[in-house]
Amino acid sequence: MLAVEDVTGLRGGRVLFRKLSFTVGAGAALALEGANGTGKTSLLRMLAGFLAPAAGTIRFGAVSEPEERGRRVGWLGHHDAVKPQMTVAETLFFFARLHGVADDIPGDVRAALDAVGLARLADLPGQYLSAGQKKRVALARLKLTGRPLWLMDEPLASLDTAGKTLASGLIAAHCAGGGVAVIATHEPLGLDCARLVLS
Amino acid sequence: MSAILFRDVRLAARAGGSAMLALAFFAAVATLVPLGVGADLRLLAKIAPGVLWVAAVLAALLALDRLFQADFEDGSLDVVALAPPSLEATAFAKIAAHWLTTGLPLTLLSPLLAVMFGLETSGALFVSLLIGTPAVSAIGAIGAGLTLSIRRGGLILPLIVLPLLAPAVIFGAGAAQEVAGALPLLAAFSLVACVLSPFATAAAVRLNLGS
Repeated sequence: MLAVEDVTGLRGGRVLFRKLSFTVGAGAALALEGANGTGKTSLLRMLAGFLAPAAGTIRFGAVSEPEERGRRVGWLGHHDAVKPQMTVAETLFFFARLHGVADDIPGDVRAALDAVGLARLADLPGQYLSAGQKKRVALARLKLTGRPLWLMDEPLASLDTAGKTLASGLIAAHCAGGGVAVIATHEPLGLDCARLVLS
Repeated sequence: MSAILFRDVRLAARAGGSAMLALAFFAAVATLVPLGVGADLRLLAKIAPGVLWVAAVLAALLALDRLFQADFEDGSLDVVALAPPSLEATAFAKIAAHWLTTGLPLTLLSPLLAVMFGLETSGALFVSLLIGTPAVSAIGAIGAGLTLSIRRGGLILPLIVLPLLAPAVIFGAGAAQEVAGALPLLAAFSLVACVLSPFATAAAVRLNLGS
C-alpha cells in the first residue's frame, strides 16, 4: 500500500500542493489528473524518491526511506530510456540484467516483447523506432523488471489506439497481481480506478 | 554493476562512440606538436612526456561530458538510479568503462607516439599513463555528474576538472621522465581519486536528479 501523508510540494519556491494526503491500496491504481504545471510529474518524482517533499511523509508498505522506496519503483517517465545505438532486445536485456531479475533473461525479454507487440522489431536499433514504439519498449521494461510500484508519467502519450488498450491491459494485469500504480494522465485510462485531481 | 560497465563499453566502441574519437584526438594533437616545434629531436624528446600527458588528459575529457548527460537526456538515468546497484556502484562502473575506452587505449597507443617524439624508451611514459589515467576518468566523472543537466555542459566541465587534474599531470609527466618519487605520488593520487570519486560523483548525480 502506498500512503502519502500531508505532503507539501515546492517547485522553484512556489507551492504546488499543500498537505496532500491519499492512499493507494495493493492491487489498485490511481489516476493523477490536473492541468499543466499543477505538479503531477513533481509528485511522481517525490513518490519515486528523487525529490524530497518540503513536508510530510511517503510510505510504500513499511518503507519510508526514499532510496529504499526507489528500489520498489518501476519508472516510466517522459523519456523512454531507449538508446539510439542499442537494439530493442539489447535495451531490455540490459535493464533485466541491471535489475537482477529472472534466470532466463532471453526468454523473459521475448515474452515482454510479445506482450507489447514488438517481437518483430527485437533487432532494430532504437534510433529507427517511432515515439509510440519507444513507449512500448518502456512498457515492456516495466513488465520485465517486475517492480511492485509503477509510477507512470503520461503512459498513453504517442501510443496508437491499440497501444493505449495494450497499456491499460498491462496496468490492469499489474494491479490484478497485487501491484500498485500511480499514473499521471490527461486521457481516460480505460481502467476502473480512483482519480486524484491536482489544482 | 557489471551490466552498466558492459553497456557503456559497448556504446563507446560502436559507431559514433567516444573510444575512437579520443584515440584520434590524442594522435592528432601528438602529431601536430612536432610539426609546430620543428625537427629538433633533442627538444622533442625533452618535451614529449609533458605534451603527451596533456594531450592524453584533453583527449580523455573530450567524451566525459556525455558520461551521465546522455543517460539523463534519454531517461535512462532515472531508471538506472532506481535499479538495485547503488548510485556509487553505478558511478564506479561508469568510471571504469570510461577508462577502459579512453585511458587504456591512449596508454596502449603512447609508445607509438613516443617514437615520433624521438623518445628512446617509452616504458616510463607507458607506466605513468597506465597508473595516472584512471585518476583522469575518476575526477572527470565528478565534473560530469555536476554538469549533467547543463546544456553545453561540455564547455564548463574542463574548467571544473582541469585544475583538479593538475597533480596528475605534474606527477604523471614527472614519472614519465623518471623523476624520483613522482611515480609513487602519482599512484597515491590515482588511488585516492578512484576510491573517493564514486561517492562525490553519486552525490552530484543525486543533486541533479532531485532538481
